[in-house]
Amino acid sequence: MSHKDIEYTTVTEVAGPLIIVDGVKDVAYNEVVKIKTSTGEERTGQVLEAFTDKAIIQVFEGTKGLDTDKTSVRFIGETMKLGVSKDILGRVFDGTGNPIDNAPPIIPEERREINGNPINPYAREYPSEFIQTGISTIDGLNTLVRGQKLPIFSGAGLPHNEMAAQIARQAKVLGKEEKFAVVFCAMGITSEEANLFIRDFENTGALERTVMFLNLADDPTIERIILPRMALTCAEYLAFDLNMHVLVILTDLTNYAEALREIAAAREEVPGRRGYPGYMYTDLAMLYERAGRIKGKKGSITQIPMLTMPDDDITHPIPDLTGYITEGQIVLDRGLHKKDIYPPVAVLPCLSRLMDRGIGEDRTREDHADVSNQLYAAYAEGCDLRDLVAIVGEDALSERDRKFLKFADEFEQKFVKQESHENRSIVQTLTIGWELLSDLPTAELKKIDEKYIKKYLPKTKEEKE
Amino acid sequence: MSNKQQEGKIIRISGPVIEADGMRGAKMYDVVRVGGENLIGEIIRLNEDNAIIQVYEDTNGLRPGEMVISTGMPLSVELGPGLLANIYDGIQRPLPAIQEKTGEFIARGVEAPAIDRKKKWYFKPTVKAGEKVNGCDVIGEVQETSIITHRIIVPPELSGKILTIEKEGDYTVEEDIAVVSNGGGDVKLQMMQRWPVRKPRPVAKKYDPTLPLITGQRIIDTFFPVAKGGTAAIPGGFGTGKTVMLHQLAKWSDAQVVIYVGCGERGNEMTDVLREFPKLEDPKSGEPLMNRTVLIANTSNMPVAARDASVYTGITIAEYYRDMGYDVALMADSTSRLAEAMREISGRLEEMPGEEGYPAYLASRLAEFYERAGRVKLICSKDKEGSISVIGAVSPPGGDFSEPVAQNTLRIVKVFWALDADLADRRHFPSINWLKSYSLYLNEIQSWWKKEIGEGWLKLRNKAMALLQKESELQEIVKLVGPDALPPKERGLLEGARMIREDFLQQSAFHEVDTFCPGKKQYEMLRLILKYFDKTQEAANKNIHIDDVINMNSRENLARMKNVSNKLFDKKFQETEKDLDKEFSLLEKGGS
Repeated sequence: MSHKDIEYTTVTEVAGPLIIVDGVKDVAYNEVVKIKTSTGEERTGQVLEAFTDKAIIQVFEGTKGLDTDKTSVRFIGETMKLGVSKDILGRVFDGTGNPIDNAPPIIPEERREINGNPINPYAREYPSEFIQTGISTIDGLNTLVRGQKLPIFSGAGLPHNEMAAQIARQAKVLGKEEKFAVVFCAMGITSEEANLFIRDFENTGALERTVMFLNLADDPTIERIILPRMALTCAEYLAFDLNMHVLVILTDLTNYAEALREIAAAREEVPGRRGYPGYMYTDLAMLYERAGRIKGKKGSITQIPMLTMPDDDITHPIPDLTGYITEGQIVLDRGLHKKDIYPPVAVLPCLSRLMDRGIGEDRTREDHADVSNQLYAAYAEGCDLRDLVAIVGEDALSERDRKFLKFADEFEQKFVKQESHENRSIVQTLTIGWELLSDLPTAELKKIDEKYIKKYLPKTKEEKE
Repeated sequence: MSNKQQEGKIIRISGPVIEADGMRGAKMYDVVRVGGENLIGEIIRLNEDNAIIQVYEDTNGLRPGEMVISTGMPLSVELGPGLLANIYDGIQRPLPAIQEKTGEFIARGVEAPAIDRKKKWYFKPTVKAGEKVNGCDVIGEVQETSIITHRIIVPPELSGKILTIEKEGDYTVEEDIAVVSNGGGDVKLQMMQRWPVRKPRPVAKKYDPTLPLITGQRIIDTFFPVAKGGTAAIPGGFGTGKTVMLHQLAKWSDAQVVIYVGCGERGNEMTDVLREFPKLEDPKSGEPLMNRTVLIANTSNMPVAARDASVYTGITIAEYYRDMGYDVALMADSTSRLAEAMREISGRLEEMPGEEGYPAYLASRLAEFYERAGRVKLICSKDKEGSISVIGAVSPPGGDFSEPVAQNTLRIVKVFWALDADLADRRHFPSINWLKSYSLYLNEIQSWWKKEIGEGWLKLRNKAMALLQKESELQEIVKLVGPDALPPKERGLLEGARMIREDFLQQSAFHEVDTFCPGKKQYEMLRLILKYFDKTQEAANKNIHIDDVINMNSRENLARMKNVSNKLFDKKFQETEKDLDKEFSLLEKGGS
């Protein structure tokens, strides 16, 4: 007999987001559960631990109002699935996968397991297609490529959402018009923040190619555990079944990790660093590793996860574990933000691991790698000198050092800073870079091949005369 | 002894850990098949009738009551021709075969033999009937790839007389190629053998490592060398270049066989190796590097229980090639993920946690793993050697080396390459911090360098180190008074140290020439840079203005030495040296 029809009223314990049900039979690990409160309200849960006669269940919508008397529990006989179909584009879903845009539910072509299976590394295609975002600090110094996962490490109150919206708006692959889609997954952000994205998608007409999964700040926290999994299942369908290039925006991973910690604490697990569960690395990897390209398939999944570093601390477990999995990171800096520099990208700790393969002669321009390295090195030197100046004063510096000091300031003002609607081409970005470098002594441009210096370095005034 | 297989039923499922009853008689670390999908698991604790099992595949949808069947065998790997140039998952299933069976995504319960059963290999016997053989004695050869001759060896625990041996010809790995009589009975041998991964293959004796593992990386070979058969750890926060460094070592190390274990890291990194290695040439043979490499991939999203298996699988394959008499290098990226997997499983077993939630046996497990490295005398009848060098990456949380995995690793390994986020931020790569790193092999291997490369090797190296040390002290003063306030000699010293840092230690993994730097070239580069430094000190004594020395033309030649072709550098460096001498003597004349 299928146990689908049995309603158990044997809840013995309610603790935090968890309930424990006794006397059950044949419960599968991770099986989905429907819970009915004494007032008739229905909630959804998932089995966290299965015993022969007992199950521990996490309740997505929270355990408020549940009791150990009348609350009834029904196991639906399958693990969490998402129905997918072509019509999914343009739709909005809540944390349990139900549409909330007042349109009829979609008729699924297929129902997919939301945990997904790992991509076989042998089947992966190495990402190498340059995406122009129009933001100099990304395109020029930390290039994004199709199939990459490049997170934005931000802090509370920094404009990471504006930046993500700008990327979603401007991102394109040069010289190609291809099918693309955006999957937007909001975990615990405020409705104001969510509206910023929605408005932006509306204005650019991207809304009909966007799928939204929303769990706002006042929605049940535990839903945040399954939300990104649904979003990524949807993205995989769009990318690898419908051959679309999908940009997935996940915000805010910090809220996701908090939800993870909440469950771990309720289960009385041995905590790892700062109370986060020991398996958080694996858990985050299950999300981030779903980005990529597959040999022989046209589509791709590019992920921009966003997280706010608690107290701007990059060594906090959330950014730390993320950085170990993702292919680089864009770090935002409060100091730059205070100086009114948008986007406040702290250039030095940023990185794009896939950049080397995405730039160069056929992709961006031959001198790109050298210019980028030189800008980095010069800016790093300038920043060091700032510290020195704070102690000895500018007068104690040599002529050469003063040039580097000035370079650092100019670099922030001209290269890093841009308007939120300014879409710079890669050539514009490189040109700004060369102009800044031309203020340094040419002999100091050690990281650039001589032939590029001859070809691209703007002539200084004296030389022209 | 009964051959009865234990059959039990699942009574609890918690993530990758399940509990089954009715398992009395099953042995610790036996492999079991779990549930209707035949998932693979391993027994990690026994309690009367109950067994606790870690499952190497996703346990979603598994139900209590499903069957658990013990295979009665510990987790083993298949060893034989066909390992090289292949890529496996953590429990030695070949990923290309998995793709053929289940498509681009790895589904559960897939079975695929590690070594192709159908492929025929051309076997040449090297012994005759009647000869006596011991464990690890070579009985025949197979040309496995263009670089590596696969020596077919007698399994370590067998010895006796060859009764029959097959003629030269094509055989599959399962066909009998020899029969050995060992007193107790006749044993048929095939080209393939099995070995349990958690049990080290026996060796006769461990030697001290005296030969360097040449890696072509200047900061490693010259400053912090690792020996063949040695152990090294490379800890660093994210973005400090651990993986690039390990890839470089896998590419250019002068080991004959390389095992690369991607343990809990990014999928794209394995793809990168798969894409790049077939194209790169082995500097010695000119053949594709892939032909000497075995890849093991348990990426971060693959099942966590198989993470610890992946490392053991890797080291067992390494031991097998060592037993053929090869020098093997194993890279594990990253051992922290292995430790985290142990922590996760330990947590699910509700064991008493040690430091930061890691199990109390973390240190002993790490030691067990690294101890399988070494330069050894093989157990075979002839006096033969083989070696395994192990290089493990460590990913400390927050880049803080005081955490348990880094600390326990440092207690075991002899070489420590400390990656530094500050250096990485300013794009100084490899970002190995020269003040924090160390190598305990310097004395053991110096005789090789002196004999093969140059008498003054250790002196040069120590002089350069002293210079860098002095620089860091001077930097403290510079921070207070500015560089211009220093006396000329000190400024010369700062310049010398800067040249060592920028023109010697920095090395580009992506530059076609600079990616690999031969030992001789390293020696000459360092000699010339230090010569320049000596000259600056002399010049300072002769009251030549330090700015003239700093701005001289030869400096640019010195800075570009790293990109001079590895074949022609001798001649070019001689010219550079001449120019340097000339320029200094001109200065001296002008100055006096």
